[in-house]
Amino acid sequence: MKDYERKGVLSTKDIKLPSKKQLEKGVAILECVQEIPCNPCVDSCPVKAISMKNINAVPINDFDKCIGCARCVGLCPGLAIFVVKVKDGKALITMPYEFLPVPVVGQRVEVLDRNGKKRDTGLVKRVVKIGKTMVITVEVDEKLAMDIRNIKVDK
Amino acid sequence: MRVDGIPNVRTCIAPLKEGVCVEMQDKLADLPDAKFVGKPKKKIETNVLVVGAGPAGMCAAIESAKHGVKVLLVDENQHVGGQLIKQTHKFFGSKQENAGTRGIVIAKELEEKLRELEKEHKLKVMTSSTVIGYYEGEKRHRFGVVERCSDYSSVLYEVECDSVIIAAGAMENMLLFPGNDLPGVYGAGAVQTLMNVYGVKPGEKVLMVGAGNVGLIVSYQLLQAGIDVDRVVEAAPVIGGYNVHAAKLCRCGVPIQTSRSIKEVLGKEKVEGAIIVDLDEKWQPIPGSEEKVKCDTVCLAVGLTPAIRLLSQIGAETEFIPEAGGYVALHDNSMQTTVRGVYVAGDSSGIEEASTAMIEGKIAGLSAAILLGHKNKENQKLLEHYREELEKLRAGPFGEKPRVAKTKISDYMEKKR
Repeated sequence: MKDYERKGVLSTKDIKLPSKKQLEKGVAILECVQEIPCNPCVDSCPVKAISMKNINAVPINDFDKCIGCARCVGLCPGLAIFVVKVKDGKALITMPYEFLPVPVVGQRVEVLDRNGKKRDTGLVKRVVKIGKTMVITVEVDEKLAMDIRNIKVDK
Repeated sequence: MRVDGIPNVRTCIAPLKEGVCVEMQDKLADLPDAKFVGKPKKKIETNVLVVGAGPAGMCAAIESAKHGVKVLLVDENQHVGGQLIKQTHKFFGSKQENAGTRGIVIAKELEEKLRELEKEHKLKVMTSSTVIGYYEGEKRHRFGVVERCSDYSSVLYEVECDSVIIAAGAMENMLLFPGNDLPGVYGAGAVQTLMNVYGVKPGEKVLMVGAGNVGLIVSYQLLQAGIDVDRVVEAAPVIGGYNVHAAKLCRCGVPIQTSRSIKEVLGKEKVEGAIIVDLDEKWQPIPGSEEKVKCDTVCLAVGLTPAIRLLSQIGAETEFIPEAGGYVALHDNSMQTTVRGVYVAGDSSGIEEASTAMIEGKIAGLSAAILLGHKNKENQKLLEHYREELEKLRAGPFGEKPRVAKTKISDYMEKKR
């Protein structure tokens, strides 16, 4: 039995990770590890980087093809896709965000890991709506690139 | 509850109005016969009666009407949509099944289609109306339907139809523990109705019991509504729902604890806390592992039981199939039960989820149209297409339970033949 089956929290070992070079370009990391009947990510990809053998298969992102556009981030029904880009000691993490209030660009917010634990603060760099989902890009320290997966916005 | 002198009213679905008198009712009441007896009943004739306007029922009604048969769609709620109108999350599945679209939007789209067909006089929708019973007809099926009017009076209808599609959904399971009757103990469906339909906070701090998709999704929706979720406990050793739903909760800081369940609720007049306990591999409480949880609300998301009472009354044969959630009406791959012209779709035919319910609805709706004379190559091909779509959605590991359930159901059907 895998740990996430009991606790719900994925570790980086459960996920296909990009190389350093691919991270510098900025790519979508698919944190979708179970075979569930779902495939909007495949349809959403403008460069056909994401593929699935069948509708129940786990999606695979070809990091070399991926352009990090984040369309899949907004369209994934499981909110399980994050675009990560590492540059100059900083990591830009793009994530879906379904809570109010929606942060504004330039706002400093708490950044949380997969356990919902506060790890640091980060600067909101971009706020867009993709499909009908808010997608937020937050800048954090490069070391936290693979850990930060949520934000907490002061009310 | 008694409303304006009328007993046995389900106040949770009765609309409120100025000056209405709502009273507690602690025992069976005498029916105010004079109000009902001797009142004329109205008669409606239709080709297909669809019972329940959730995802399965709406799709069944649309499909039948599109293929040229007259449809009456009846639902006891004020709005059509069933559980869809509470589903604020995006749906899974493929493009054809509205993947990526929120349930509430799917409900709106289906309702628009219903209204269009209504304008074309191909279909009629009756809300706030309950199908109260089946009466044998000579050639056609007959049902009693009660429509509740806004002044709390009601009108009785006799509906005569060639075929009927029962898409009555399911009922939530309850758990036995001391204090489970205290105000503040809810089913997950009730919590969703309060929050997402009526905009009412069910509480401030919630203990969620059950980590299937319903428990996980409702927990997340509670957080979105600004309500604290203390944790999710799950009696099974693994999380039953999708990991993506669990992960969403976890990154908001809500712990999910497996092999744990609720032992009792604390409080005199309302929920003031709860005791949870670890379970061993035989699902038995481990003494000494009790922990007190501070909460004012306990939400139970511990599974569903198919609603089959009407099907039983009609005389459709039923079997107990654990993987389907309890007793279900046996049906073939056209969703027809053992009674000719009586179909079933959605959770009533075995607990599953909305995407498959919608396809089952289409299959039932199309099959009913075919039985009524619209048999042609095109329709047969479409039917096959729907069956393939259904199979695809059930092909993964999470489709195992419904796969087993449906195999058992068709095995029983074979034996009956």
